[in-house]
Amino acid sequence: MAAGWPSSGRHTLNTFDFSTTLGNAYFNTPIFTASGCASSGKELAQFFDLRDIGAVVTKSVMNKPRYGRPTPRMAETPSGMLNSIGLQGPGIDAFLANDVPWLIEQNSKVIVSIAGETVEEYATLARKVRSVVGISALEVNISCPNVENRGLVFACDPEASRRVIDGVRRTIGGEIPIIAKLSPDVTNLPDIARGVVDAGADALALINTVLGMVINLDSMRPHLGGKTGGLSGPAIRPVAVRAIYQVHAVLPNVPILGMGGVSSGRDALELILAGASGVSVGTASFGNPSAVIEIQRELQDLLIAKGFPSLKSAVGYAHRAEEL
Amino acid sequence: MAETIVSQINRSAAQMNATVLANKRVGQYHQIVFGIGDLVKSCRPGNFVAIKVGGESSRMILRRAFAISRVAESVSFGGTMELIVAPHGTGSKWLCAQAEGAEIDIVAPLGTAFGIPTEPVKALLVGGGYGSAPLFGLAEVLKTRGCKVDMLLGASTGGKIYAPMEGKRSVNSLKIYTEDGTMGETGRVTEPIKTLIENREVDVIYSCGPMGMLSAISALTAGTDVVHQCAVEEAMACGIGICMTCVLPVMGEDGKIAMLRSCIDGPVMDGAQVQWQLVGQVPEGTP
Repeated sequence: MAAGWPSSGRHTLNTFDFSTTLGNAYFNTPIFTASGCASSGKELAQFFDLRDIGAVVTKSVMNKPRYGRPTPRMAETPSGMLNSIGLQGPGIDAFLANDVPWLIEQNSKVIVSIAGETVEEYATLARKVRSVVGISALEVNISCPNVENRGLVFACDPEASRRVIDGVRRTIGGEIPIIAKLSPDVTNLPDIARGVVDAGADALALINTVLGMVINLDSMRPHLGGKTGGLSGPAIRPVAVRAIYQVHAVLPNVPILGMGGVSSGRDALELILAGASGVSVGTASFGNPSAVIEIQRELQDLLIAKGFPSLKSAVGYAHRAEEL
Repeated sequence: MAETIVSQINRSAAQMNATVLANKRVGQYHQIVFGIGDLVKSCRPGNFVAIKVGGESSRMILRRAFAISRVAESVSFGGTMELIVAPHGTGSKWLCAQAEGAEIDIVAPLGTAFGIPTEPVKALLVGGGYGSAPLFGLAEVLKTRGCKVDMLLGASTGGKIYAPMEGKRSVNSLKIYTEDGTMGETGRVTEPIKTLIENREVDVIYSCGPMGMLSAISALTAGTDVVHQCAVEEAMACGIGICMTCVLPVMGEDGKIAMLRSCIDGPVMDGAQVQWQLVGQVPEGTP
């Protein structure tokens, strides 16, 4: 294996194994959309074939329909943006009735993301998702920063995180893998990661957005309607790489769906080398509707150029022992 | 009467590199013409374009949305798209600084279009500032349908009025209002509308400009038979319906308020349905 420079090209597009797994779910490629950055897939379908990517991760949905937060909901920042959507959505029943069947008809792989305000709401959501055939995995978003009470960000509290995942695990059985989406805004991320894995998470999604604020110099008040927002985009990529590296170091056998500011194949490879088995593309799709498919192509070319025989052989490669 | 506003989720949209064919200053604005080939065939008055700004290493990660002012097809240039851009922010300044020949990454056409009446009607086009830009393209289409097209343009000051000479040929009348009186009549562009409605001189109002102006027009058409199709302006991150930042409270046919995306359910919306008093708030109750 070449340690960082191109090999003589032993592996080609035909022999290269790009597939990945998250728990017992298999995906042809390791590039996914990120929850909240692809709506329910229809909007991006005009720009690329949804079947060609690993999976569509749908926008986190709650039990009831929800208006979300007031506008302004967005502020561009250097190499990033703040959003303050507040989980606007149709509610799980309408979502499962209208949005999921369309994705399944397209033969797209689907990962449904859920968000709740209580442990019971997560369990209810999981039960409803379980009743639908054709969903590949369940993302349990316990880290949305755009809620009224920071105390409700389950992922900031190891015990609350554990209880949510435990409730979902009991409801969902072993049918589809549970991916717990965590926040980087914590003191000890590996501790929280270990807690949710012990409670039954099959995989981890790292990272959600980073809590931030912009003050408008005209009004001289917080710019966003919700005052605070989640920072995303290339500005947070080093935070994502750090978080993935830290967690993979202590939980090397737990698959990580990495995300955070990925806007090119080289960015995706960085997260994979840190320990991600898959990579979600989020904010990059806002600036480039073809980002997901372009990043996927670039990543595959880059892995082949680096001499990796498969995607899996590159996962966590940055953790290998020092060469002598 | 006007047909319903044409809704489509990015059905005609394509991403392409468009060449800047011309870029000239017109008053406080830039008139920029892009070569977009056959994509013009999909562009309708009211649609917008999302443009990548700042070049490859830019720290600006989001596209900038601009109303398409006009499209044309000619033997020498093929399909062309014209934008009127105000160089206000970093992104629009970058765009205005692009020279002829520059290749620009665009996604177009996006959003809903103005509904075009199937029979000749009396249309009033109201533009605020450079919001007038897409109205001239609309005026041309309405004229070909035999409509009477009157136009009202307003701005705080004369330098902010965009009214090209060639555009004036596609309207029956054009009146200009400025708040400081430096061009046309002194006052707001909404002032004459009440009388025009009362005198039954207008069937449909098409508007584009600041939200305050659109809201004021909706208040004037409320309770009348006049249809108000307005092109709204909300801050957008993506322009293609995936980010949910550009939402507006809009009354649905079921009597419930929904937070609709102004990029795919707009920018052209039925002014009577937009809940102007709730913009910037969250409606009470559950959707």
